[in-house]
Amino acid sequence: MKKKGVGMACVLHPTGNKGAGDPSNAAIQLKPDGTLVLLVGAVDLGQGSTTILRQFAADLMEVPIEHVFASNFADDFAPLSLGSFASRVTLIDPHAVENAAEDLKKKIREYASDLLEAHPDDLEYKEGKVFVKGAPDRSMTLAEVGGASMFGGGADPALLVGTGAWQPARFHPHDPETGAMPAVGAISFGACVAEVEVDTETGMVDVTKLTQVWEVGKAVNPLLVRQQINGGLHPGLGTTLTENSYPYYPNPDWAPENFSDYALPTFLDYPEETLWGIEEVPHPAGVKGAKGFSEGSTNGPPPAIMAAIHDAIGIWIDEYPATPEVILRALEAKEASG
Amino acid sequence: MTEYVGKAMPRYDGIGQVKGQTKFVDDFVLPGMLYAKALRSPVHRGLIRGIDFTAAKNTPGVVGVVTADDIPGAKRFGACGDQPVLADEFTAYLGEEIALVVAVDEDTCMEGIEKIKLDIEEQQPVFDMFEAMKPDAPLVRPDLKSNLWDYGSGMTTRVMYIGDVEQGFAEADLIVEGRYQTGEQDHSAMEPMVSVAYFDEAERLVIHTHSQCLYFQLGQLAAIFNLPMSRIRYVGGVVGGGFGGKNHIHADHLAGLAAIKFKRPVKYRYSRREDLLYSTKRGVFILEYKTGIKKDGRLTANHIKLWHDSGAYGGFSPYGVEKCSMFASGPYHIPNTRIDGQCVLTNKAGSSSMRGFTIMNGQFPMEMQMSKIADTIGMDPWELRFINAWRDGDIGASRYVVRGAGALEAMRGAAEVHGIELPEHLLAMSSRGR
Amino acid sequence: MKQILSFILNGSPVDVIVTPTETLLDVLREKLGVTGPKRGCDDGDCGTCTVLLDGEPVRSCLTIALTVAGREVLTVEGLSTDGDLHPLQKAFHEHGAFQCGFCTPGMLMSAKALLDHNPTPSRTEIREYMSGNLCRCGSYEEIIEAIQVVAAGEYAPSGGKE
Repeated sequence: MKKKGVGMACVLHPTGNKGAGDPSNAAIQLKPDGTLVLLVGAVDLGQGSTTILRQFAADLMEVPIEHVFASNFADDFAPLSLGSFASRVTLIDPHAVENAAEDLKKKIREYASDLLEAHPDDLEYKEGKVFVKGAPDRSMTLAEVGGASMFGGGADPALLVGTGAWQPARFHPHDPETGAMPAVGAISFGACVAEVEVDTETGMVDVTKLTQVWEVGKAVNPLLVRQQINGGLHPGLGTTLTENSYPYYPNPDWAPENFSDYALPTFLDYPEETLWGIEEVPHPAGVKGAKGFSEGSTNGPPPAIMAAIHDAIGIWIDEYPATPEVILRALEAKEASG
Repeated sequence: MTEYVGKAMPRYDGIGQVKGQTKFVDDFVLPGMLYAKALRSPVHRGLIRGIDFTAAKNTPGVVGVVTADDIPGAKRFGACGDQPVLADEFTAYLGEEIALVVAVDEDTCMEGIEKIKLDIEEQQPVFDMFEAMKPDAPLVRPDLKSNLWDYGSGMTTRVMYIGDVEQGFAEADLIVEGRYQTGEQDHSAMEPMVSVAYFDEAERLVIHTHSQCLYFQLGQLAAIFNLPMSRIRYVGGVVGGGFGGKNHIHADHLAGLAAIKFKRPVKYRYSRREDLLYSTKRGVFILEYKTGIKKDGRLTANHIKLWHDSGAYGGFSPYGVEKCSMFASGPYHIPNTRIDGQCVLTNKAGSSSMRGFTIMNGQFPMEMQMSKIADTIGMDPWELRFINAWRDGDIGASRYVVRGAGALEAMRGAAEVHGIELPEHLLAMSSRGR
Repeated sequence: MKQILSFILNGSPVDVIVTPTETLLDVLREKLGVTGPKRGCDDGDCGTCTVLLDGEPVRSCLTIALTVAGREVLTVEGLSTDGDLHPLQKAFHEHGAFQCGFCTPGMLMSAKALLDHNPTPSRTEIREYMSGNLCRCGSYEEIIEAIQVVAAGEYAPSGGKE
């Protein structure tokens, strides 16, 4: 018999890392033709960090995004970033980009002051141009500044690179009395609703409809936010129902050796209806209110699906994965206890 | 001026991906490149008595072997610095790397490995966390004093609390208890662990890596190789899925050591079997929850005991216990909360970070408690969560003061998208205050 | 025993020396430098190595190289012609149908085979046909959407976008 149930869960995910420092750097170089190269230390694992940091750089430098080349290929000169984990990049790295952009604008004003015959403080940077305050016709474009800095001409050559660094808080050890450890930059919130069909003959659980909505501060790139919401469902769904590296835990023997035995969710295992949504409560610690959340979309499905299973068959399954064997044994136990 | 932040835009590097032009680490095939494969521990726990490589070295196509004696610098690595780069005295989990065979191709590596005569004394392993905690339990490794992680000065229970749980239980109308277990999970990035290492024309060691955190790992590699950081060109930035698994070094140190010894390009590539069996995993948590509630649904106290199976080495697990503890009461205001966490070593492959890293292991039991509480007191599960959800200024056991709270917003959004109508009084609530 | 294998790769004839045990994936990646097809499991489970053999999707990791003699092999590298992206490539890019991109070459080839056989598949047919290709980043929904918009003609060479 197939029994239906619905369940929900509300979860969080913290953005950022422990208090032992959580730094990121960025650098922006002005090329002789006025285009920009953004170097970031955050590694793009597919989450699109390079894409969103380029969006920030274009906004902060007030230039068309096509003028910004961006790279996360760490090499001889690579800005440091602690790394791409702990959902930290969207909160932290934009600050580094912001500081790098401010530094570059300052260097552009200083460099242009000779050529425009004005004090740097009397110069203003706006929309790809530097100009004398109150006299906008006395101006230089980024291409003119870049060209002059490279080839000199009437001016001295210069390497115009803006650099920036940022971390949420300085390290402080945890309080030995209370164990307090407020080592986090921000928190994101998610809610999940799951509907299931439990086959009481086979023990199979089919998640038929699942919704995840995440409050992300500011959706820097909604296309990528959607990917992260639907993406976290994959390991979330897998660990709830099928994936198990140690099927006879705590004994690690008989561990699955291939993807036939270690069952990752396929297209058919994703819910027939997979729904998503974004909420925004701008976070005070983020640039434009942005914070990270991407890991969190793995957190909601396990408890929401288990609540739905309880709704369907009246049994709380307190451990996952809830494989068909677990479900059938639970049904048997329930029947035996009357 | 266009504002780009907030705009849906396709991936900046996406065209290369859809054309199949993006170069992942395994896509680098260099002239004269050698391959390395590891001799892995055939037992869960053992003492290495001796290794005879003679027949392996004489195998046609085998260039040589790499053992712990070949390591120029640090012999241990990992986030806690306790994991042997190559085992030389003992092994603490099935499949632990003991030595490398380097050859012209992987089949020849495997042929050589089969000819190694390994003399290893098998010892009684310990798998169960609660067995491992007993005073007379066998030690997971000979270099340990206890199988419980020491947080400093012999502190093996990581306590975090706010308020007074006993008082909170006294104030409660009823108490709901539960014991939960979260599963062992593999990262299973579609790109298995792999690394390519070689010396460039300036005699610098170049490593193509899929690291999620280049600087986190560059320091460890420089220490293992005994090279200044400026002599290592660590090239990353293209990763075929990480999910936390590539926060730990799996192959860069092995390819690098072989390249240093044989001065030729070397690739170390995990097979999917190796990846599933021997890479780091999301380790199991077992958690006991005791939650006090008023009849009107307000949470008064939460006492959590949790145990995390770290595997044979520390890795990120000691921190994982702390991170789990910080938010194991979920996004809820509970004035009296206490968490007693323990990180337990067992004879298994090391646990590591994975998407949702230890937070999900606390969200699951907390949400199960909430569902059970709603069921027990006959309250709508949404209402119970709306009443207790964090508002700005709330504070939990971590002592992080909540800002930009958004749990109510997320729940309202989910109800709307899913087609569930919430009552007016819930819709009227605000995260800005209670 | 080494032999010369001749076949048509992405429209051009190639000759390559192979051994009887080498797979098509080995030959493409290690000998011909065609690294679009990925080695995700080498067991036929994950689908990242999918290529089209005479128009049919096959796991190149399970295909003995010598069996493709005289036949046509199409990899992701042969999907775009004269620099123009195939409609599926455009749709995958614009609809965010990948994250890390490691499964993408295999997904694209399976999707092409699907649309070649069934130009207007239902959502259920897409889910069933594509279910042999795994994506740990969890881009299934976006992939279904990308295939649906191509099936609807949104990226058709005439009159479509771009």
